[in-house]
Amino acid sequence: MKLNGSQIVLECLKAEGVDVMFGLPGGAILPFYQTLPEYPEIRHILVRHEQGAAMAADGYARSTGRVGVCVATSGPGATNLVTGIMTAQMDSAPVVAITGQVPRAMIGKDAFQESDVTGITLPITKHNYLVMDTNDLPTVIKKAFHLARTGRPGPVLVDIPKDVQTEEVEFLGYPEVAEMPTYNPTPDVNTADVKRAAQMINAAKRPIIISGRGVNISGAHAQLLELAEKAQIPVITTLLGLGSIPGNHILNVGMPGMHGVAWASMAIDEADLLIGIGMRFDDRVTGNVNLFAPKAKKIHIDIDESEVAKNVIVDLALVSDVKNVLDELNPLVERKVHADWVGQIEEWRRTHPSLSIRDTDQLLPQYILSELNKESNGESIIVTGVGQHQMWAAQHFVSDKPGRFITSGGAGTMGYEVPAAMGAQVGNPGKVVWSICGDGGFQMTMSEVLTMVQNKIPVKLAVMNNGFHGMVRQWQELFYNRSYVATEFHTPDFVKLADAFGCMGIRVTEKDQVVPAIREANAHDGPVIVDFVVPVEENVYPFIPPGGSVASMVEDPNFSAAMG
Amino acid sequence: MALPRHILVALVEDKPGVLNRVSGLFRRRGFNIASLAVGHSETPKLSRMTLVVEGGEGVRVQAARQLRKLVGVMEVKDITGSETVARELALIKLRALAKDRNDIINVIGIFRADIIDVDVDTMIIQATGDADKIEALHSMLLPFGVLEMMRTGEVAMVRGAAGRRGDGVVKPIVYEDIGGV
Repeated sequence: MKLNGSQIVLECLKAEGVDVMFGLPGGAILPFYQTLPEYPEIRHILVRHEQGAAMAADGYARSTGRVGVCVATSGPGATNLVTGIMTAQMDSAPVVAITGQVPRAMIGKDAFQESDVTGITLPITKHNYLVMDTNDLPTVIKKAFHLARTGRPGPVLVDIPKDVQTEEVEFLGYPEVAEMPTYNPTPDVNTADVKRAAQMINAAKRPIIISGRGVNISGAHAQLLELAEKAQIPVITTLLGLGSIPGNHILNVGMPGMHGVAWASMAIDEADLLIGIGMRFDDRVTGNVNLFAPKAKKIHIDIDESEVAKNVIVDLALVSDVKNVLDELNPLVERKVHADWVGQIEEWRRTHPSLSIRDTDQLLPQYILSELNKESNGESIIVTGVGQHQMWAAQHFVSDKPGRFITSGGAGTMGYEVPAAMGAQVGNPGKVVWSICGDGGFQMTMSEVLTMVQNKIPVKLAVMNNGFHGMVRQWQELFYNRSYVATEFHTPDFVKLADAFGCMGIRVTEKDQVVPAIREANAHDGPVIVDFVVPVEENVYPFIPPGGSVASMVEDPNFSAAMG
Repeated sequence: MALPRHILVALVEDKPGVLNRVSGLFRRRGFNIASLAVGHSETPKLSRMTLVVEGGEGVRVQAARQLRKLVGVMEVKDITGSETVARELALIKLRALAKDRNDIINVIGIFRADIIDVDVDTMIIQATGDADKIEALHSMLLPFGVLEMMRTGEVAMVRGAAGRRGDGVVKPIVYEDIGGV
């Protein structure tokens, strides 16, 4: 059957089960777009800026576990994807980006809207392809999806010249398998090392688990819980690992690191065995690596061998899918009770104010996010931006279900919250999706609210309005003697803005308005912007300054006197 | 003190952009690369790269693992300290005035290098050997006036049967030893 390149790509996407793409057309991708009406089973959502397409695909991917797809034209269209692709790469989100390229004969001639997109995205993709032979399209698309979703997931970009999109060739069908002899995504579990790990766990007196996004990706929640309960090991969850153990579980310790709860940092400091599962010892988790978990032997379980001993030296590494590792490990682990150790962590929890919200008439963002979490009852999908609101949202997030907390962790991409929430909502039409926005990040990507309005994507957007880049301001307050350089900005009237965008807007200035506003937004069948007017000089605590350790942790000064 | 040198040999798919992926990886991860040589291997569609990396044990292991993670890289071997032969080729153009010619010929004779071009007052020398030998020859020739030098970078191979592809005698990386990294 003879098909043109565009039809071949769409046949492959259909065979891959893609039902939605986020994108924005342009000259070099136009043949592809003009073929879309032949494939009504694939929904296309027109974004306002290509970064929104990449981030929406990312949010879709993280919230569904399926590959998210975004599309852009050549040159500026493709380069606008870059921040979104980088964000997906840093947090291992499976995304396939399809970009148009100038015709083959024009490549290298600085043609109109030409850019070397495979060159530009080389360091921020898991892999990328420039398709120079139309006959290669089926295998390239197959490999792109295979790479994106297997092993450690990540973004893959496929750059398709315009004349490849129009050229007719024989289409032999979508390949059953991606033949990639040099790609080994999931190494076999090393049984001898699993035995050694079990011995270390059985010998430990003060074991701790740090669980990361790898547990969520692998779907190893039941295995993690079994290990934790069987050997009674408290579980710390990284920012991207939130929800990998039920939030209300007695063994759930909370988040570690720069803005983690004190008792998590102290547990890491005192542990005699640390088991990192599906996490990568990010500097926001470890602080000073030389002072990190100084008394602990360390086991690292991760699918990506290059993460082992990259940041933190470990005593044993188990390189495979964490679920496979835990399936082999759990039967070898002895049932244990670590009453003193668990009690010690509980004691720290009782005597440290990390999650306490001071009693005041002011509308504190911590209060809002805590109330929002209560109203969500662990069911809503929470998507955050980056900064203070992100940390407060993470600190107060509790869910018994995985996959409910989506945030840009490694990349720290402000503005992610708006398009990523849109993607999450598209992937989860039956769920309530809350986008927790800083007013700075919101202004970077708020144009995607128009995409939500146009496509009836009912995301609830909670804007923490303090007129500042809050986290930067906090650093300026603490490290630069309150010299607020370039962090204060003018904010629009967000309720009027909502009106202009064609969606509901609610302003909240008092505490007693918070819960009613959340309920009103939840009840509304459409996107809602809730403008929470919050105080400026509010800081995130606890705070371990960069490169610090538990010894340099600062707790909220409003509580430290009272709680000692 | 000079950083330890590690010789990594990678078998890679012979596809456009592979060299770019490898060099880009080393640049962005901040690995110091002393030399990189690439060419066809004994297997069609596969090329072999010899990379000489400078750095501590952490750099050695990270470089090998990050390299192996690249799509299109089939295997990576660290053959440092093995029974390895490493050779590079150098072309050295030097000022060769009539009065110096005999001295020059004496020097290159010691190094078993060849004269491959002679002009009125210049010469091109071709030398092969490991990096130390090339450096020694270069320093011996400096007093005469070195005008130009080009080096290929080392290619390296394990002696005997041990280095053959896939036979597992040379362990790529001793993963059980990561505790020492």
